[in-house]
Amino acid sequence: MSNDTVQVELKPKDYATDQDVRWCPGCGDYAILAQAKKVLAGLGIPRENLVVVSGIGCSSRFPYYIESYGFHSIHGRAMAIATGVKVANPELSVWVVTGDGDGLSIGGNHLLHTIRRNVDITVLLFNNQIYGLTKGQYSPTSPMGKKTKSSPQGSIDFPLRPLSVAIGAEATFVARTIDVNVKHLGYILERAARHKGTSFIEIYQNCNIFNDGAFEYVTGKDVKDENAVYLEHNKPLIFGKDRDKGIRLNGMKPEIVSLGNGITEDDLLFHDEKAEDPSLAYLLSRMHYPNAPEPMGVFRCVERPTYEDLLMDQIESSRKANGEGDLESLFASGETWTVD
Amino acid sequence: MVVSTQTDGKSVRQVKVIETSQVTVRFCGDSGDGMQLAGTQMTTASAIFGNDVSTFPDFPAEIRAPAGSLAGVSGFQLNFSSHLLRTPGDRVTALIAMNPAALKTNIADLEPGGILVVNDDAFSKTNLAKAGYDENPLDAAGMSQFKLFRIPIDKLNAKVCESTGLTGRAVSRCRNFFALGLVYWLYGRPMDPTLRWIESKFGGKPVVAEANTLALKGGYYFGETAEMFPVRYVVPKADIPPGRYRRISGNVATALGLITAARLAGKPLFYGSYPITPASDILHELARYKNFDVRTFQAEDEISAICSTLGAAYTGNFAVTGTSGPGIALKSEAIGLAVMTELPLVIVCVQRGGPSTGLPTKTEQADLNQALFGRNGECPVCILAPATPGECFDMAIESFRIATEYMVPVIMLTDGYLANGAEPWRIPDVASLPKIEVKHPAASENGFLPYARDAKLARPWALPGTPGLQHRIGGLEKADGDGNVCYDPENHEHMIHTRQKKVEGIAETIPPTEMFGDDSGELLVVGWGSTYGAITSAVERCRAKGMDVSSIHIRYLYPMPKDIGAILKRFKKVMVPEMNLGQLVQLLRAKFLVDAKGLNKVQGKPFMISDIERGIEDTLNGKAI
Ligand code: SF4
Repeated sequence: MSNDTVQVELKPKDYATDQDVRWCPGCGDYAILAQAKKVLAGLGIPRENLVVVSGIGCSSRFPYYIESYGFHSIHGRAMAIATGVKVANPELSVWVVTGDGDGLSIGGNHLLHTIRRNVDITVLLFNNQIYGLTKGQYSPTSPMGKKTKSSPQGSIDFPLRPLSVAIGAEATFVARTIDVNVKHLGYILERAARHKGTSFIEIYQNCNIFNDGAFEYVTGKDVKDENAVYLEHNKPLIFGKDRDKGIRLNGMKPEIVSLGNGITEDDLLFHDEKAEDPSLAYLLSRMHYPNAPEPMGVFRCVERPTYEDLLMDQIESSRKANGEGDLESLFASGETWTVD
Repeated sequence: MVVSTQTDGKSVRQVKVIETSQVTVRFCGDSGDGMQLAGTQMTTASAIFGNDVSTFPDFPAEIRAPAGSLAGVSGFQLNFSSHLLRTPGDRVTALIAMNPAALKTNIADLEPGGILVVNDDAFSKTNLAKAGYDENPLDAAGMSQFKLFRIPIDKLNAKVCESTGLTGRAVSRCRNFFALGLVYWLYGRPMDPTLRWIESKFGGKPVVAEANTLALKGGYYFGETAEMFPVRYVVPKADIPPGRYRRISGNVATALGLITAARLAGKPLFYGSYPITPASDILHELARYKNFDVRTFQAEDEISAICSTLGAAYTGNFAVTGTSGPGIALKSEAIGLAVMTELPLVIVCVQRGGPSTGLPTKTEQADLNQALFGRNGECPVCILAPATPGECFDMAIESFRIATEYMVPVIMLTDGYLANGAEPWRIPDVASLPKIEVKHPAASENGFLPYARDAKLARPWALPGTPGLQHRIGGLEKADGDGNVCYDPENHEHMIHTRQKKVEGIAETIPPTEMFGDDSGELLVVGWGSTYGAITSAVERCRAKGMDVSSIHIRYLYPMPKDIGAILKRFKKVMVPEMNLGQLVQLLRAKFLVDAKGLNKVQGKPFMISDIERGIEDTLNGKAI
């Protein structure tokens, strides 16, 4: 996205629309909306250059609440629509807001392939581990055994890990954050927005109506420091209320160690978000409560050409090689003959 | 009949030359035998010679079916004449069969007394067995009804190519050109266009160019010198409107039309598509023309193909997606979204045999109902159907004209027969093409109504990036005017009617229906799509025999031209030939309360002229059809 014109300075409230926000009171979505507005204002993205595309679900109401060109589409298809928008006009800042059902179930295919192509869009996946809008069925991220309306005896679906999927799909930017940790959320949104290529963020989002407390283990005051480890580039993985624990690699296996007694920070796993090889990022994406603290932050941030840039390059090189398209010679291509 | 003297420099022999007005040749052989190439070469040569031509290829569904098998037979039919042509021909005048399997699958279409040229070398025990023959059919008594020429094409071809030093596979690859050369001699076709083609194609490989040249000339001179051919045929030039021509298939014409529409409007063209037979050639063709700012996107699936296209339409590109029947089924929900968001979108459906995977390489017209009704809710979509390969060009432009003028999705229905069939196309003068004027609202500070409407009920096409026009669209019902989500019952009904009225209003800007024959009378034949050639030719023949029959061809299926109802009522009987079980006929009966009867064929093959002639005769004689 380019922004050459001089803009009046925008404030977060300038990104508000005249629409009533219709999420349930106490829903985690509110916090995400507030942080998004802040980040947009901070980056000075002109509202007219912002396109927010969504599918179907609670999270997908997002476009109504952001002053932008908003497209509330059909279930699962936001990534595909956003791809078309970005290819049609690469100057635009394109965001996709989706959920665990919309993005990973019905829209799973588009998610994989958009990420693989590295179309320059920012994807916010609100993971609340439940279908909220349809009133409480288990989703592809609900844990095994989860009792919901559609799984009264407990879910028998093995859940998937969104970040593992994104990394497997060759993502160039992968991050995780939590709705209630607003500072971290803002930081991650900003990093994602600045990244050129598909930025994929999983946001743990509390659905207080159908799945309240699903992320209590990383948000609860007494437990969150024990169950989450915040990633920083080039820094060791340290966590715990007293920052006395760390993650050490034992072969390919991350293990929890206590600092002291001969174990120093230098023995710990150092995070490298820029590693070309996605193995470390993948390994981090597998760390899961209750076996390990769950990593938060930027797992992976590498550079690769974007789909739309490569496409525009081809258009340019075709123009160079063949000249600007001319209808007359197009019509007459191949063998022609004249009848008098 | 003319008798002329032919000489090859050594011997002189007398060859009878018979003038005829029309010839239908079919080349058939293994997929790897280069039958499509032989056919297209002869088409060009015939067109350059001055005949009218019409062609239709017949591909096997399997890409690499076992060599010599029935499933692997590929055919190409070419009709050329001294009068104007509308179809690739009913019965075959000359069949060139490169192996027993090709003979078996095609012999039924050869007319009695027709010419049958076979590659005798390919009629080996193994090949006969692969085709399921116990005995060599060439020795059978039934063959006497044809003019059979058993030619050892493999051996003769190897001989003429000997000097190149090529052997084995490289030589046998030229045998199609040996056969072609022979047919060129038989019908007095000029070799120059093909020799030029060989030069440009194999220029970088002189040995291959040499071998193909030798094969072509070898076949030609074989015809000239071998005593076995007592007769040659000439088809005089046709009286064709003057101009510059090229050969065009429906898929290529569609691609060129799409590019042209975007150019005429000064817009990039976005084509989102997922590979599917028989539509993929549109994608291939468009991908070659990036210098026209054509942005092709090969999507991960049909749904992504149309959704990306919708995103591009929203953003201001001329956006089109192409597919076939199974793809339309997957795109249905997104077509509904295009209707709801009122965005200009073109959807090309190259119909093939269905249902389900059906007959991917064969033709059918059975997606009309799907195009009309295959969506949830009240979801009207404009549907156009070109009648000839060349018309695909004009209708692609017309599709974008309507899509952008009315802010609606438009489905253009072609089919495998149009897509792969080819005809000469008079190259249009660029200056004479219709302009497409596209308007976008300018930046504003005083608010914006995304669902305000103009006289045609179209809403504004506001482009992302325009300051002050930020707005939200989506699949939920909208309040007219401000476009906010609205669950109000009256508004919903009003919007349903508005979308319907808007699409029906397209009838105001489409041309009136052309009559073929008389304005009123006993029988009216009504067609749509690729049946045009067969219907019009049949009606022409029947009229020449004094029958009271006329025809119309509906190119705008929804909404229909305003005059259709009145035209139908001016005829006592109405017959509707379709390659389905009667989809248009059902519509006509429901809409206009006429007792129209269907003439239906669902064999994955186009109508023959004679099929329709028979239908006309039976209808006029009061027989059930
Ligand atoms: S149902 Fe859950 S996710 Fe949806 S708005 Fe309510 S609290 Fe939020």
